[in-house]
Amino acid sequence: MEKTAKGKAFVFGANIDTDQIYPGRFVELTDVEDVAKHAMEGADPDFVKKFSKGDIIVASTNFGCGSSREHAAITLKAVGVGAVLAESFGRIFYRNGINLGVPLLVCPGIDKIVASGQVLTVNIETGQITNETTGEAAQAQPMSEYVMNILASGGIKPMIKSQLEMQL
Amino acid sequence: MHAIEKLLAKKAGKESVTTGEIVNCAVDMAGINDLYLQTIRSFFEMGGTKVHDPSKVIMFMDHYAPASTIVQADNQKKFREFCWDQGIDLLMDIDEGVCHQVLADRGLSYPGELLIVTDSHTTTHGAFGAFGTGVGATDLATILITGKLWFRVPEIIRINFEGELPKGVYAKDIILHVIGELGADYAVYKAVEFTGSTLKHLSVSERMAMCNMTTEMGAKTSYIQPDEITMKFVKEKVTREYEIFTTDPGYQYAAEHTFDVSQLKPQLAAPFSVDNVEDVTAFIGRTVDQAYLGSCTGGRVEDLAVAAKILAGKKVSSRTRFVVVPASKGVFLEAMQKGYIQTLVEAGATFVTPGCAACLGTHQGMLASGETCITSTNRNFPGRMGHTKGEIFLGSPAAVAAAALEGKIVDPANYID
Repeated sequence: MEKTAKGKAFVFGANIDTDQIYPGRFVELTDVEDVAKHAMEGADPDFVKKFSKGDIIVASTNFGCGSSREHAAITLKAVGVGAVLAESFGRIFYRNGINLGVPLLVCPGIDKIVASGQVLTVNIETGQITNETTGEAAQAQPMSEYVMNILASGGIKPMIKSQLEMQL
Repeated sequence: MHAIEKLLAKKAGKESVTTGEIVNCAVDMAGINDLYLQTIRSFFEMGGTKVHDPSKVIMFMDHYAPASTIVQADNQKKFREFCWDQGIDLLMDIDEGVCHQVLADRGLSYPGELLIVTDSHTTTHGAFGAFGTGVGATDLATILITGKLWFRVPEIIRINFEGELPKGVYAKDIILHVIGELGADYAVYKAVEFTGSTLKHLSVSERMAMCNMTTEMGAKTSYIQPDEITMKFVKEKVTREYEIFTTDPGYQYAAEHTFDVSQLKPQLAAPFSVDNVEDVTAFIGRTVDQAYLGSCTGGRVEDLAVAAKILAGKKVSSRTRFVVVPASKGVFLEAMQKGYIQTLVEAGATFVTPGCAACLGTHQGMLASGETCITSTNRNFPGRMGHTKGEIFLGSPAAVAAAALEGKIVDPANYID
């Protein structure tokens, strides 16, 4: 996990569900390169064209509500999202994102101080956020020790794998 | 402690748990859906070789039943091979139906169970006093390897219902009303318990619809304390060992709400979010291109029964498609035996194989741009059932059947004797 994310912001509203993050008709795809092509397609069909690796998604409440599809987290990881900052997250999406090592930070009011295209710097560990374009700052809620542990391991897969290897 | 906390404590091998604590729990049943081949991939990526306990794993071919593309067929093939290799006997193939209904039909939803499925609507099983919740593919793969999964002990919200429902108003209307009042993110990370005198009038089927939809307010799980209605069902169906947990007197809920449902009108959730709810009267006369009856929310025998009653001896509007998807093989057979299938086909219904079908916008009844659909399912997000400019209204099975008959949104109460 990178300790700092810096990139331009893509701002979305409330209740961005997993059908908007990754439409149901593409769920049959399983290869990461294919899954990456449809990131955020239900909310913004041109998202993938505009997005550069390291850019940051900002949203209001309940980002990732809806279906359990891990594709929603996989597609954001695959396009290289630097971090997702939202007022709150849907719970299955939150677990999926953290499991894959995608930094998801709960930051009340973040969508009010950021506009699309502005450049943000996010310290993943401390939760400090700076809007480089306007100079405004925000503070995300600290992540639980359990969650930080998963992120620091690079996701749950390396974590379980090393646990299994230790048992052998 | 609350019954839910006692359940989690038992599965974690602890005397007690407290809100916010992270516990590692032994899972009684883990279900995988055919959408998520990633589950098997993650299993091997994490170094898994043998499934921890194959008797506690169930595989569902429900979202793509039967496969509509070569890719879907290939994914299902890999799942079948995995089940055969790993000795997973509970392989529910394309003839079975939607996971949540199949679990209920087979007596695999029961009080005190910790049930985890790769489907967000696993909250349904609170109707049986189980702790059901949905997870993603990699979390499920963790259960396959270790038999366990971590949970944060949730805050618990009590929602109490008083009064008897008026004619033409159902559990679906109650839960839509609640979500409309409280919001689509009200219960995120939390558990929701339903209580109150209204429950005495609600069947297992109706309770399943209510618990199912708590997912649409963000809930991690739902709960209804098992009573005579639950136990009648359990005694008929369940052979596995079950345990009823009860909440201690004086338990402090994180929040409590009471709704009087005796004056409730039929409800609809309008595009494009489940909390965009109003009385059906706000939408009367709106043209409907497709009426859809089905899913883990609204595709049970009672749902087909009310539709058959409304449409008996009548014809679906010539400008409306009426797509009906029984939730499971069990539902299909019982509805056939009771004559509902005959009635609905004669009225002009199009039947689809039991499964998830167009509820999640993959196949079997997709919407075109600019079309309007009324459905007994659970989500009206942009693109949920096809084109992102397709508009979806969520309502009760009665509201769907009445709209199919008239070709437009009407008040279903006027169609119930």
